Amino acid sequence: MRIILFLLRKEFLQVFRNKSMLPLIFMVPIIQLIILVNAATFEMKSIRIFIIDNDMSSSSRSLISKISGSPFYKIVNTGFSYKQAMDEMHKGKTDAILNIPPDFEKKLFKENTGKIQLVINAINGTSAGLISAYTNTIINDFNRKIIIDASQNIAVNASLIKSLNINYSFWYNPELNYKTFMVPGVLVLLVTLIGFVLSSMNVVREKEIGTIEQINVTPIKKYQFIIGKLFPIWIIGLFELAFGLAIGKLLFNIPMVGSLPLLFFVASLYLIVVLGMGMFVSTLVETQQQAMLISFFLLMIFILMSGLFTSIESMPDWAQYIVKANPIAYFIKIIRLILLKGAGIMEIKKDIIILVLFGISMMSFAIIRYRKTS
Amino acid sequence: MNIFKGFVIKEFIHIFRDYRTMVILFGIPLVQLLLFGFVIKSEIKDADIAIYDQAKDNHSKRITNKLLSSGYFRLDKDLDNYDGIHQAFREGKVKLVIIFEQNFSEKLEKTGNANVQILADASEPNTANLLVSYSNAILSSYIKDLNSTSKMPYNIITEIRMEYNPELKSVYMFVPGIMALLLMLISAMMTSISITKEKEMGTMEVLLASPIKPFVITAGKVVPYIFLSIINVLIILSISYYVFDVPIKGSLFLLVSVCILFILTALSLGILISTVTNSQQVAMMISLVALMLPSILLSGFIFPIENMPIVLQYLCQLMPPRWFIEIIRNIMLKGVSFSFIWKETCVLFIMMIVFNLLSIKKFKIRLE
Repeated sequence: MRIILFLLRKEFLQVFRNKSMLPLIFMVPIIQLIILVNAATFEMKSIRIFIIDNDMSSSSRSLISKISGSPFYKIVNTGFSYKQAMDEMHKGKTDAILNIPPDFEKKLFKENTGKIQLVINAINGTSAGLISAYTNTIINDFNRKIIIDASQNIAVNASLIKSLNINYSFWYNPELNYKTFMVPGVLVLLVTLIGFVLSSMNVVREKEIGTIEQINVTPIKKYQFIIGKLFPIWIIGLFELAFGLAIGKLLFNIPMVGSLPLLFFVASLYLIVVLGMGMFVSTLVETQQQAMLISFFLLMIFILMSGLFTSIESMPDWAQYIVKANPIAYFIKIIRLILLKGAGIMEIKKDIIILVLFGISMMSFAIIRYRKTS
Repeated sequence: MNIFKGFVIKEFIHIFRDYRTMVILFGIPLVQLLLFGFVIKSEIKDADIAIYDQAKDNHSKRITNKLLSSGYFRLDKDLDNYDGIHQAFREGKVKLVIIFEQNFSEKLEKTGNANVQILADASEPNTANLLVSYSNAILSSYIKDLNSTSKMPYNIITEIRMEYNPELKSVYMFVPGIMALLLMLISAMMTSISITKEKEMGTMEVLLASPIKPFVITAGKVVPYIFLSIINVLIILSISYYVFDVPIKGSLFLLVSVCILFILTALSLGILISTVTNSQQVAMMISLVALMLPSILLSGFIFPIENMPIVLQYLCQLMPPRWFIEIIRNIMLKGVSFSFIWKETCVLFIMMIVFNLLSIKKFKIRLE
């Protein structure tokens, strides 16, 4: 026990002596939360649209005024030529083109169907899907209004037409605020990055400088060494989470429905998994450069397959099985459950058990793999 | 010239000796492309839903069938009371709950009007939005079929065309981004680390004391990475072209020249970073914070720049990858000629010159 205490003192001294550490500990969470949360958004605020109105009728004008009245659209230009519109899209100046052909109104009322064309720049598939959904909703509303107006004139037997009242509500985030969705995920990212990078670099640094040999010749046991190395990082990780939560609350006012002690309990288990992985990586490599590249490579896969940016449901089945082996995915799920929905320990006990199993296996890998003799 | 050749050979040996790094440098583009090509999709399939059917009659059962056979939804559980909804959401699996009111069919047949409630778990807002619009569309089409006997007047038909990417494949968007990310990683980060490593180990002193000019030392460091970067670009382009059918509509020559321009810009940035730092760790941190984060987030790689707050939009303009990604998308997917992209190319060129001037100013040939 005394040996561990001395090791801890040494590690803490080293962490705080390093001048680049302190800015790192405080700056990274602020940068990540402010930039990531604001930049990583699929919220559509101003869809740039080019409108070609070759009909110039009262219907086409009222459709256009519906679009210009919506807060989601910005009409960049109007014109009569399809070629001019496509040119604008080519130059990247517009996201969508609404093309109303001549005789739109005439055909709508005489032949019962009027056609309009919507061209969307689909290089970003997700945005394109959302633009098409928004625009369709506006056009459908407009259509319904025309039918209602018309049915007052001609005698359509209203009782023959059946209809459903579809009433939908969004739980836990009624305003569909993207930030409420992102902040908990970014907190996980924060804890993971700090924990993983610090633990994977730490031992390698001693290897590179050569001081690891001095430790290896002392009677310090393997587990004592590893605890001494990881405990300070574990504390830093939990501190980062607290700091990040405070920023999230102050800047973005994210909801915190569930219990914070439970969150920190799960986070402390999760950090053991992350630190174990980092430690394992550091036993595999010789230089800091390698450690960093491997961390970067692994983290990239873990993060992209964690459901942080894209939902897990949209992955193919085989990928969803792989996700089951991704600890980040579990913690993201848990933190969203606790913070946004107020889940208690009973609802997440299965995920906690899985995290504990991950932690035990990662730590054993690291301890087995770390050798005092070279 | 001979000295230069010898120096480049030394660098190559350094790089190839470290096989782990090599494996990763070439593994990253492969794995990323495969991930984005096969895993990351914007469409949702088989989302878990729960149904609370208070009516359990003809229409409600038929609607349930229609929902479940659409391919978008999978039934996770049938609920029999209102409190179960909260529980189901909290377990985290169910994303959508659909509630049919009592006597659903009777109301629909007699009064022509019945109520359905859709509750979505909006802790993931985009998923919630998509699932609600899917279920909405299915319910509407069911009602439309019921009404098919009485003809609806005045239909507006919207014909939607997805320009440049008709199947909404996510690879189309990611290929330019991955190229930018990777070139940044290899060119800027690896160069800056390999120069600072020389400083950290003390071998930089030896080099500076030798008759080799600082320019030759730096150039010698940089040449192998140009070579690696170009190979990586070719790998990415051929995988995306042959495996994922991403088109290359514009001229290949223009594409490769722009890539080389970007590689040079990134290398200049790497040299600049190495002149202002002395340790590998600091170089790495600067690279991670100043290069990786912006090239993933502030470049329009995944998230459209137009949706960001104004301050961030201005910040984006300062990022080299933002211009590179735009040029690559224009050439590959839109097939534009140079006259369309000369402005973006100029921006990259100016950035490269600025980085170089700064590094020349900062370069120290003496130790502190």
